[in-house]
Amino acid sequence: MSEKEETTGPPRLEAFGMTKSFDGVTVLDQVSLVLEPGSVHALLGENGAGKSTLVKCIMGFYQADTGDIMVGQQVRSIKSPRDAQALGIGMVYQHFTLVENMTVAENLLIARRELPFVIDWNEETKALSAFMDKMPFKIEPTAVVRNLSAGQKQKLEILKQLYLGSKIIILDEPTSVLTPDEADEVLGLMKAMAQRGEISVLMITHKFREVLAFTDHVTVLRRGKGVGSAPVTELTPEKMAEMMVGAEPPSQASARSDRETGAAALEIDRVEADDDLGLPVLEGVTLSVHEGEIVGIAGVSGNGQEELVEVLAGQRPTRSGSVKVSGKKYLSTRTQLRELRVRLLPEMPLRNACVPGMPLSHNIAFRDYDRPPFTFAKFGLKLKAFRERAERAIASFRIRTSSAVAPIGTLSGGNVQRAVLARELSGDVAVLVAANPCFGLDFGAVAEIRSRIVDARNAGAAVLLISADLDEIFALSDRILVMSGGKVVHETPAKDADLREIGRHMAGHA
Amino acid sequence: MADATLGLWGIPLAIMAGAIRVSTPFLFVSLGECLTERSGRVNLGLEGTLVMGAMSGYGISYLSGSPWLGVFAAGAIGALLGALHGVLCSKPRVNDIALGIALMLLGVGLAFFLGKPLIQPTAPRLGAVPFGFFTDNAQLRSALDVNLLFVVGVLLAPALHHALWRTRWGLIIRTVGESADAARAVGYDVDRVRLLATMAGGFLAGIGGSFLSLYYPGSWNEGLSSGQGLMAVALVIFARWSPKRCLYASLLFGGAGAIGPALQSVGITGGYYLWNAAPYVLTLAILTLSSSATKASADMPAALAVAR
Repeated sequence: MSEKEETTGPPRLEAFGMTKSFDGVTVLDQVSLVLEPGSVHALLGENGAGKSTLVKCIMGFYQADTGDIMVGQQVRSIKSPRDAQALGIGMVYQHFTLVENMTVAENLLIARRELPFVIDWNEETKALSAFMDKMPFKIEPTAVVRNLSAGQKQKLEILKQLYLGSKIIILDEPTSVLTPDEADEVLGLMKAMAQRGEISVLMITHKFREVLAFTDHVTVLRRGKGVGSAPVTELTPEKMAEMMVGAEPPSQASARSDRETGAAALEIDRVEADDDLGLPVLEGVTLSVHEGEIVGIAGVSGNGQEELVEVLAGQRPTRSGSVKVSGKKYLSTRTQLRELRVRLLPEMPLRNACVPGMPLSHNIAFRDYDRPPFTFAKFGLKLKAFRERAERAIASFRIRTSSAVAPIGTLSGGNVQRAVLARELSGDVAVLVAANPCFGLDFGAVAEIRSRIVDARNAGAAVLLISADLDEIFALSDRILVMSGGKVVHETPAKDADLREIGRHMAGHA
Repeated sequence: MADATLGLWGIPLAIMAGAIRVSTPFLFVSLGECLTERSGRVNLGLEGTLVMGAMSGYGISYLSGSPWLGVFAAGAIGALLGALHGVLCSKPRVNDIALGIALMLLGVGLAFFLGKPLIQPTAPRLGAVPFGFFTDNAQLRSALDVNLLFVVGVLLAPALHHALWRTRWGLIIRTVGESADAARAVGYDVDRVRLLATMAGGFLAGIGGSFLSLYYPGSWNEGLSSGQGLMAVALVIFARWSPKRCLYASLLFGGAGAIGPALQSVGITGGYYLWNAAPYVLTLAILTLSSSATKASADMPAALAVAR
């Protein structure tokens, strides 16, 4: 970070002929990409298309099997993120790499290459404040990261790269944790910096809106291959979608039947609960879901949604308030879950709703393995019945697996999700709680899982959908609620919902 | 004569004097473990390190005639055991808690085996600094005879605190202890940092052991340590991973350990063995009171194996 470097712009970055295989599976096949100085470049593609692998090769996390990376006019060998950093390439990861229990200043300093042996925090804080004054966004250096909002953390990650003097900044799905307004602010500022020629930005994304509004150039990957690269002015969302998924037409979600909503099936009344550190996280949540209705809860993650699902799953004790299902006090015991027909689809189901090392057939049987027809002589288990049921589920939910007895942890994310859905949606469902049901899945799986949820609604289930993806909330919900600061702060029928309005409520200032 | 002038004041005085003597091994082991745990590793083997340190310190002091050389040798042996823990833990699928228990048993067993010939001979012991030079009261004088290692430990606690929060090394150790991923992302070798932190922790624990054999009680035998090494690990949790609080906690535990002998010194012998159990009762009580089924401690290094 010498004075001389400070004034020069970003170098041109070019990766050509990049190929990378893991265990014989080619995840990146002869991909090339050019990032012109001062441009914002979008890297589009479905999950598993190879976007992350490509940028990790550029960052030196992986070594490409073939291919070269040119920075400026020279071919460079980048063996580690340190090498990348020395060349002025920095990456902001989807999962933050901030240390939660440390201050903003500590987080920035630890990233620096040269640190004095004894750190004078007064001096450093002053220097950081001076640095922040020159930056598009500011964060109090003495704040502890744990207390920052997701948007501020994202900004801090970007600030960290600028602080390190990175000229080429790679963003991995930068807006997945931000409100629409925050996303526009962050991307707008990045674009302005790029236009002034201070930085270049390479951004992994799947949001067309952001691609069209903030980027100059798009490269699309599909199944490890580059399928096209063009200035954004020559593209439309339809064209980009076609490039991403290829010939397969995206399947349509099930049509929702026009049905009268019935009686209240799930009633949550002034529920309060604490988080793992004992701080209040649910501060009087009140909502109800009726039969044949999907209620979507929007909100920036970390505003109590996760804890609300845990309360409904019986994983978190409440401090006060009550939950009723079909008019009965709900205590989320196993008996009640069965009798009141409550089903749960938690987020990241492999971690939260499966035993990864157990066979698929066992995982599908968790709800009713202890009842006939899966038992004999009261305590014995009929493993054959497990297997047969799993095989039916594999067929009807199109779960791709090597066998019904393969450990569920060996299945891909979409197939784990299908298996859990098969378990939760078997039989008659009164209440379905689904949290981020499509997180990390590709187009095909998303459409199918959304259809299943709509089908459950059409069949009369009360569905509570919690999602960090606003598009999903809008696509599925009959009624939309917004959670912020541990409370439901906004409610609107989906047909009257306004994206900007909801965004404002998500951000906590209405 | 002394008893007549001090009367019942003799009890708190004796407890204080005892606290200074008894707390020193606690202090060194807990400071060492604090450093190790701040880097995200738990070394439960420090009980073994303590006993090995006591044995090797005594042995070297006997052979060389210099107790300070013994102290240093004890530290070196401790660092070596720490290195063994650090290297093995960096291998995939090695659990630091299970390994720590194995190393604890290994250390104790090895010390008893190698220390057999050291039970008889008398090695030169560490001297004391007579801080009570100003008084004629014999009891006060003897209470103020303080070993230099205690002084070093008392100074070490704030120094370590300063090092953890205000130096580059401290920042690196805490980052590694909070998030190995974050540390890797900025290019630090997590295993190496943890290895060095475990070695430094072992060094301090070894010195704590040498205090046992070279000053108080001041001889080598197999009943020398009564679980101080293990209790010091609990003490780190009680002190919420702060070196300064480790100092206060060590003094408190040392004081509790000195209640029995202090009462005995003024002639109260009833329940002597019960009083000797005071530190353990205190451990149970404090850990029960300070723990919570629902809250995780915000001070706990997030990458600590037990936190995951």
